[in-house]
Amino acid sequence: MSTLVEEMLKQTPPPSGVKPSAKDFQSDQDVRWCPGCGDYSILAQTQRIMPDLGVPKHQTVFVSGIGCSSRFPYYMNTYGFHSIHGRATAIASGLKMARPDLSVWIVTGDGDGLSIGGNHMIHLLRRNLDVNVLLFNNQIYGLTKGQYSPTSEAGKVTKSSPYGSLDYPFNPAALALGSSATFVARTLDRDPKHMQATIKRAAEHKGTSFVEIYQNCNVFNDGAFFQFTEKDTKDDSVVFIEHGKPLVFGKEKDKGIRLNGFSPEVVSLKDGKYSINDLLVHNEKDTTLSFILADMTYKSHLPRPVGIFLAIDRPVYESEMTRQIAFAREKRGEGDMKKLLNSGDTWAVQ
Amino acid sequence: MTEKTTQNLDEVTIRFAGDSGDGMQLTGTQFTNTTAILGNDLSTLPDYPAEIRAPQGTLFGVSGFQIHFGSTEIHTPGDQCDVLVAMNAAALKVNVQSLILGGSIIVNTDGFNDKNLKLAGYPENPLKNGSLGKYKLYEVDISKLTALALQDLNISSKFVDRSKNFFALGMMYWMYNRPMDTTVDWLKEKFGNKPDIMEANLRVLKAGWNFAETTEIFNVRYDVAPAKLPPGKYRNITGNQAVAWGFMAAAKKANLDLFLGSYPITPASDILHELSMYKNFGVKTFQAEDEIAGITSAIGASFGGALGITTTSGPGVALKTEAIGLAVMVELPLVICNVQRGGPSTGLPTKTEQADLLQALYGRNGEAPVPIVAAATPADCFDAAFEASRIALKYMIPVFCMTDGYLGNGSEPWLIPDFDSLPDISTKFRIEAEGFFPYLRDETTLARPWAIPGTPGLEHRIGGLEKQNITGNVNYEPLNHELMVKLRIEKLERIANDIPLATVEGKPEGDLLVVGWGGTYGAIKSAVLREQQKGKSVSQLHLRHLNPFPKNLGEILYKFKTILVPELNMGQLIKVLRSKYLVPAVGLNKVQGLPFKSIEIETKIDEILKGKK
Repeated sequence: MSTLVEEMLKQTPPPSGVKPSAKDFQSDQDVRWCPGCGDYSILAQTQRIMPDLGVPKHQTVFVSGIGCSSRFPYYMNTYGFHSIHGRATAIASGLKMARPDLSVWIVTGDGDGLSIGGNHMIHLLRRNLDVNVLLFNNQIYGLTKGQYSPTSEAGKVTKSSPYGSLDYPFNPAALALGSSATFVARTLDRDPKHMQATIKRAAEHKGTSFVEIYQNCNVFNDGAFFQFTEKDTKDDSVVFIEHGKPLVFGKEKDKGIRLNGFSPEVVSLKDGKYSINDLLVHNEKDTTLSFILADMTYKSHLPRPVGIFLAIDRPVYESEMTRQIAFAREKRGEGDMKKLLNSGDTWAVQ
Repeated sequence: MTEKTTQNLDEVTIRFAGDSGDGMQLTGTQFTNTTAILGNDLSTLPDYPAEIRAPQGTLFGVSGFQIHFGSTEIHTPGDQCDVLVAMNAAALKVNVQSLILGGSIIVNTDGFNDKNLKLAGYPENPLKNGSLGKYKLYEVDISKLTALALQDLNISSKFVDRSKNFFALGMMYWMYNRPMDTTVDWLKEKFGNKPDIMEANLRVLKAGWNFAETTEIFNVRYDVAPAKLPPGKYRNITGNQAVAWGFMAAAKKANLDLFLGSYPITPASDILHELSMYKNFGVKTFQAEDEIAGITSAIGASFGGALGITTTSGPGVALKTEAIGLAVMVELPLVICNVQRGGPSTGLPTKTEQADLLQALYGRNGEAPVPIVAAATPADCFDAAFEASRIALKYMIPVFCMTDGYLGNGSEPWLIPDFDSLPDISTKFRIEAEGFFPYLRDETTLARPWAIPGTPGLEHRIGGLEKQNITGNVNYEPLNHELMVKLRIEKLERIANDIPLATVEGKPEGDLLVVGWGGTYGAIKSAVLREQQKGKSVSQLHLRHLNPFPKNLGEILYKFKTILVPELNMGQLIKVLRSKYLVPAVGLNKVQGLPFKSIEIETKIDEILKGKK
């Protein structure tokens, strides 16, 4: 006998064949982020790529925790769950296990996902459920009005750290890699094209995709990433990593990253000492390399790496769960409650 | 050889006690299963330390298993034991005071060497100084006899030491005239692929039996006739197993997948273990990274259309608190099973208590009403889990299912229910898009529709922020919040229309009503029955539903001159009864990590009724 869920899915009409538009993914709710917030761009890019993914909106679920970013589900005309602080990852895990047919997205922030929800995050990543994590990193607590976050730079002066914070920041990409994530990427709120491409790749990945998005909080931490996003500075401060391509950067594409032992170093392509052939070539299937690249993050003598650090295949948790259930059914037969109740040592009283 | 005689007994209580590594729980369980199949009514009390292998021979390392069985109805594991099997000096020291005067002690003399005596704090050997003169003492060198039975097998001395519990079991089987078949079958199944171990255990078991049969130490054996239980098919079941099966039955009846999100915690882990075995039923079990992920994953699964449940004990509930509030707010079905243990904090992990009632009732921020269902006996855990699931699904609400360590680990014979005649608890998902709103309410139950992702046209957002009635949009308006708070309370109150009225066991009015909840049922029942036999005007009322209460509860309470509320806490139900019904109830409170002895309740009743005819 099929379950109620299976019956509901059977009743679902086949896709109409008409490709939805970005607008179809916009809910009727007024967006209430501060004017100028980086979240607007992330929302717009997400809505823009949704039609390309081929998943109807009724099969898409956005789950969030608490924080500015976590209001996101209200603005998507999909199913949504705005839950409690830090737990979106765990709620989404249960949902995906119960319903592997759904496309499940987690929207979280640096506080929600790495501080109060840090534990669930690392366990989600090692389990590798087929869900997508969009982590909006603005290096500040916005909704509570400006305290330092687990990604704020050490020494940051905020309301709760008037003498400067003592915490050393997490490097989200390295944390994800250390948690055995199978897809780890970084993108920028002010680079819509890169963001769209990255989110699309994340959606296509089978397994947990972890996308860190640098997001400007123009009220409490304005300009935190301007060095990496603004015209004057970005070319010399960011290296875009792409699978199979050498790491070249700079306004004139005249600089590159070369490995000296295990350490990346910046070399000039102009002085004749090194050519493009000497540069580090990115391989997103190479776990060791992914750590080396992610580790460039807070090193001031190196450009900030942006792009897909790692994209590898590993068994997906809920598929394995489904497989075990099928295996048990094959081996022991479909469970029969009456038989179970009457199993074991029984006796009759006349 | 002296002639052996057989005597008939109505009931017996035996306590097996030894080191925590001596296999006393296994010995007790084997004796229990055999006794159950013989048709005796029974009740058991496993009592073991939190340490897995406490240092040998110490007082705190003693593990005990008590079984009370008989040819009459058995309601408790027994206030005192008639027979104590003590594998060492510490086991004797810890348990001798629970033995009745004139009771029997069977000791393993090998467990009384100088080191054992010192660890147990005996200045001199109690077996030699006449201090046990009030009891019948049987001295057997179980260790040596076990070694002799195995001497021609190539088996390590460590194993020999570990199998001595089966020698004791064999002796007790002889003494209480029980067949060895059930244990023999169990050994064959368990060690089918380890023939050496199976052979060794079989030998030791039979050696124990034969020793009792041939030696002149034992010259009386006892018969305990089957009990007159209601006709039907029975099996023995523990509370934790019954809870697991109750949830499975509920999911099957409701045609839903069962999803358990749980984190290991004593004494609830066995529910996780049990449910993990039934993948062929489609049961999904998820051992989460912590208690919070346990419950929130279950909420996620419920959002997706599964029956989401989480199992834990008090400290785990503390961690799940915020998520329970979320489930109240988003109005999704969920069952939280609390196998209560001694608290606060880590407290007494392996000991029982029922001090989490107020936590279940009130332990959340804001006005967050949650229904509470409690199990009364180990087998009753099945019905409690089923009922909690029924309410959760019908009212779209998180429900507490309360059991405790005593119920969870304890066992009793269970009249196997007919699956087909279990109540219909079918539910349905909202499918029609027309006129859909996430917080549109059912007129009778006030439940909101269960609209699961994947349904075209019903895309909507839920969350922990206050919602506007009907539309479900985020809303902070003062009057809307008050309306929603009241609606959530009324939804809970309407459950009272849908649960059985409370029933009184005994006369419907009189001098004293003993009101209880949870695992104290058996002890109260035994005490009240004895009072009734003495001609006292005493009745019993045991609550299955603690929130909301049955509608007639107040009416019943007012018909008795005095209300006595025995609880394994400092007075939690009594607080609620006093504040709701303004009755001058009297409490009887015990917080020793142990269940009530029925004599403790009987004594309190006598004290209250002193002078009354």
